Amino acid sequence: MKERSKKTYRLLIGILAISLLIACSSDDPKPVEPGDGYVATPKPLTVPPIFQRLLPPPNIPSDNPQTEEGIALGRKLFFDPILSGNGTQSCATCHKPSNSFTDNSQFSVGIDGTEGTRNSMPLFNMAWNSNKKFFWDGRATSIEIQALEPVTNPIEMHNTWELAVASLQSHASYPEMFNKAFGTKNITKELTAKAIAQFERILISANSPFDKYLQGEGSLTPQELNGFEIFMDESRGDCFHCHGNENSPLWTDNIFHNNGLDAIITDKGLGNVTGDPSQDGWFKSPSLRNLAYTAPYMHDGRFATLDEVINHYSEGLVYSSTIDPLMKAVSRGGVHLSESDKADLKAFLLSLSDSSFINNPDFQDPN
Amino acid sequence: MKKIAFLLILSIVAISCNNDDDDCCNNPPTNAAISFKFTQNWGTTAVTPSNYNTNVFENTAGNYVSISRLRYLISRIELHKADGTTVAFDEYQLVDLADANSLTLTPALSATTGDYTGISFVYGFNEEDNVSGAYPDLNDASWNWPSMLGGGYHFMQMDGSFDDENGMPQPYNFHNGTARVSDGVFEQNFIAFEFDQDFTINDDATIEIKMDISEWYKNPLTWDLNDRSVDLMMNYLAQKDINRNGKTVFSIGEITQ
Repeated sequence: MKERSKKTYRLLIGILAISLLIACSSDDPKPVEPGDGYVATPKPLTVPPIFQRLLPPPNIPSDNPQTEEGIALGRKLFFDPILSGNGTQSCATCHKPSNSFTDNSQFSVGIDGTEGTRNSMPLFNMAWNSNKKFFWDGRATSIEIQALEPVTNPIEMHNTWELAVASLQSHASYPEMFNKAFGTKNITKELTAKAIAQFERILISANSPFDKYLQGEGSLTPQELNGFEIFMDESRGDCFHCHGNENSPLWTDNIFHNNGLDAIITDKGLGNVTGDPSQDGWFKSPSLRNLAYTAPYMHDGRFATLDEVINHYSEGLVYSSTIDPLMKAVSRGGVHLSESDKADLKAFLLSLSDSSFINNPDFQDPN
Repeated sequence: MKKIAFLLILSIVAISCNNDDDDCCNNPPTNAAISFKFTQNWGTTAVTPSNYNTNVFENTAGNYVSISRLRYLISRIELHKADGTTVAFDEYQLVDLADANSLTLTPALSATTGDYTGISFVYGFNEEDNVSGAYPDLNDASWNWPSMLGGGYHFMQMDGSFDDENGMPQPYNFHNGTARVSDGVFEQNFIAFEFDQDFTINDDATIEIKMDISEWYKNPLTWDLNDRSVDLMMNYLAQKDINRNGKTVFSIGEITQ
């Protein structure tokens, strides 16, 4: 009996040991080898009070938490032309802080002098894009994925990631910065994109005159207030269905619409991504924040001024089969605002511009 | 050793039999996870994003209608037990046909097994719940209803196209929420549904809540989109007529478990 018990005991120990071995050899990714023992310092986003009060928490991927070192690395990378094929363009070339991280061209020009076909998007409040579709056509499903594309796009930075990573790897300071941010000196495109995404997530804009008004910290002019009424009035501006409201302070719904720009759709937008022809000509609603700095407007930068944008919705709507039903006045060409309503609406829209955002020293070129 | 093993097996069998007897004659209630599945149809035809824009339906007024967006809000779902108690779920649900995840709600609270006599819920928010800006996820979805119209949230956004009297496509925005009577005067516009229906929950269950979209246009009022298709939000009569027609829109479908 004793001998049998011993055998049983040994058998159980054996099974336990094998189980542990199996558990240890599961499909879990290999832990990152911390080089020199660096562990990055957590740096959660500072959520503005108005977002804290009205919006869900920011989206931070569990595999890319915000850290001081990651943000610093991302900021350096964002402004460094090292990622481009000939070392002349950085992310900031087309996404300048002074323009709310877009530029003032209709189409940005890549390193080979080739012009793009869409207007550079402004960058802010990206951590609150809850449907996680980035670019005008929503083709990237995270900031990390979005950040990978311009480097290899032949009409933008026109590089390969192999070459870009090699440039970073042979740089005097980047390997150590990656080590401090991610615990490894072995630079990859994925870690590069993660760092850039961390920097982009801190680009938060929520301190416009309208924000201050909502927080009881400032006032608006009668013209701006009347403009807001027009914005919220379904029979006049009816802007709020796609562009937020005082309780939805991103000032975009972050989804896609055909807003009546063309009778014949040449750029399919979302439809090109999904393959659904009923979504041809659908583009993401841009936020109305920081319009003072982001001209020209629309996905193709066709409107040089805010007046042209307002005129489009007032008199310039054009029917196409995929037009959004929210463009309800298309049969009349638009909602036909009076000239004074247009002026007031414009004044309100400009009250959403945040000068402290474009001048934030933490968002400028560190190089 | 053999005797001990035999006795052990015997006692397990005896205990098992005893449990079976209990289940048979005096079944104590146990927790049951409840899910709600939201489905939409036009009469007998299912409506999904795959037939958005392409399926053309004819409403009672003879309008040929296609749908390109449908979102609606359901809140305060309750199950009513035969013993007089109620299982009240805290969650509300913004159903968006374009978001498959929104078509199912699995509340945190469990129900208990047993006999039930009814299901109730609110289409939209009642006055207590319809507080401007109070729900971050709904704010994020730009689901708010303008303050000048009473504030709070939309109850429904149904958008699409119909052929007008000349056969030309025209947009419609069938949006519903609080009704504005006059400047600063508003009227509640939610609909409280109560379905008396006997059913028994034996296990985890999924309860289907069905919306028949065609009912918005026909019962009791025949709704002609040529008369009213857009700018309905500030139109008091339109808002109240949507409410009137809404009373036959929802029903309880299958209960599966």
